[in-house]
Amino acid sequence: MSGVTGRRRTLPGFGLTMGLTLTWLSLIVLLPLAGLFLKTFELSLAQFFEIVTSRRTLNALKISFGLAFLAALVNLVMGTIVVWALVRYRFPGRRLFDAVVDIPFALPTAVAGVALTALFAQKGWLGAPLAELGIKVAFTPIGIFIAMVFIGIPFVVRTVQPVLIDLDPEIEEAAASLGASRWNTVTRVILPSLTPALLTGFALAFARAVGEYGSVIFIAGNLPNVSEIAPLLIVIRLSEFRYADATAIAVVMLVVAFLIIFLINRVQRWAQTRVPAF
Amino acid sequence: MTIEVRNIVKKFGSFTALDSVDLKVGKGELLALLGPSGSGKTTLLRIIAGLDWPDGGEVRFDGENALARGAGERHVGFVFQHYALFRHMNVFENVAFGLRVQPRAVRLNETAIKKRVNELLDLVQLAWLSDRYPSQLSGGQRQRIALARALAIEPRILLLDEPFGALDAKVRKELRRWLRSLHDEIHVTSIFVTHDQEEALEVANRVVVMDKGRIEQIGTPGEVYDNPATAFVHGFIGESIVLPVDVRDGRVELGGKPLNLEPQGAGAGPSRLFVRRHDMQVGPAGSGVIEGAVRRVRAFGPIQRADVALPGGEGETLIEIDTPRDRELNPGDLVGLQPRRYRIFSAST
Repeated sequence: MSGVTGRRRTLPGFGLTMGLTLTWLSLIVLLPLAGLFLKTFELSLAQFFEIVTSRRTLNALKISFGLAFLAALVNLVMGTIVVWALVRYRFPGRRLFDAVVDIPFALPTAVAGVALTALFAQKGWLGAPLAELGIKVAFTPIGIFIAMVFIGIPFVVRTVQPVLIDLDPEIEEAAASLGASRWNTVTRVILPSLTPALLTGFALAFARAVGEYGSVIFIAGNLPNVSEIAPLLIVIRLSEFRYADATAIAVVMLVVAFLIIFLINRVQRWAQTRVPAF
Repeated sequence: MTIEVRNIVKKFGSFTALDSVDLKVGKGELLALLGPSGSGKTTLLRIIAGLDWPDGGEVRFDGENALARGAGERHVGFVFQHYALFRHMNVFENVAFGLRVQPRAVRLNETAIKKRVNELLDLVQLAWLSDRYPSQLSGGQRQRIALARALAIEPRILLLDEPFGALDAKVRKELRRWLRSLHDEIHVTSIFVTHDQEEALEVANRVVVMDKGRIEQIGTPGEVYDNPATAFVHGFIGESIVLPVDVRDGRVELGGKPLNLEPQGAGAGPSRLFVRRHDMQVGPAGSGVIEGAVRRVRAFGPIQRADVALPGGEGETLIEIDTPRDRELNPGDLVGLQPRRYRIFSAST
């Protein structure tokens, strides 16, 4: 017996991969973020609070986070319906629709912004009939919301899809033979089984919408306090050479976004422990 | 509740899973559907449960047309091979599920649900697990919970699809005995599917042997073992020695040599002779109707097992026989074999 056997692991390489992981994350993620914080320290505490509590900043943050949240909610509901159709039914063009879902992933966001603006402008295909009804989409917060929905949908679809595919059809048969109606089967058996994936999809769509810039600025109109998103305000401050102001807003965005994602993660972990993989 | 299946046909594309199957199940019976995979036994069970629909035929529960009702309206308890428990619900909620999804008008109140679930958990002897989640249970425990869940709706019929198929040998045996005694206790008409003959013979009152979408034989465990109706049943249940023989002019021939055996009504032409291994008496050369040469002998617990070569039409046929250890047997010996009981089936059936 050699003395080494006790130290052997079934999965070798822990030291190497852990070292690489820490170095890489520090280099790519933590270092730039640290720079962000460092830059903010150029401001005094009073200045910092003045910047982040100014009316324009608060409104921009409210618009970014509020609309992103709404858009993620809508994507959660609609994305789940899309997944259901794509996974559960066989219809002509299914593969095409499946591919269409990925377009918001691949499309340069500026292109998406221009396309959406053209569509919803007062004389656009959808903008014109909506204008008749008295609804203005382009250059209003509704436009921001639509752009956020557009870019967020694939996140929900692509996270939930594999989980629904893997869902054992026998649990639905079990529910049916126990006398559950279709509605009961969906709400009490299928959706709870999908909860962890739904939460992840929601979190990803939300995070993406909060940080979205390219497509939104085309359709938003960018009126301060009305339709100006926080990332745009950061860019404006930068172009005015007010770097510390920009980073102060960025730090607030970072902290709020981190807290929300962390919270969703906790909820997701809680749901996960209740739905462990067999 | 009696079940009557009449002339059921089910096709999957060009594959015929069930080929006009007829079956009657009496009240309180515990029936086994036994057959190799692909024999249609699970499909038949699923059709009775309402999880699959036949292409033709009838299913009647107490004379009433069951095909007019969906799975949820048949009051059938179904137990799946892989349990199909709800992973996000604890044991208690799994068992309570069938009670909670009842229409409001007939639903039990919370106290009554609690009482009923606890009774069921006591029945399957797992009350102490009621707060656990399915992933925290062993296979045998999961299957007992699945059974409790199926019983919660007070099913008129209990259907079990390979209920012990995913369990290891020791747990299988325990659960088998337990299912038997549970059935004696609750007496609900039950059908279970299995490909394990030992399981079918040990647990069931009656066994239905299926092959290629047809029923080969229905009978008590004793009947299907002692009096197999077809060559398939004889080969599938119990261990048999099978010899290719010819029936000519009312006589049985092996390798062109007539044997002093009854053809038992098998028509002229190539046939098969089936003998249970323990029904083959081994004696010195000349003592039996068949002569053979011992090729290899190996000890096997209290018995010894020998490969014996028989002269055949084309080359020789090798069979395995068992004899007690005290009888001396060496390679090269000539032995006489006398079947105490045997069956002959035409090769075409």
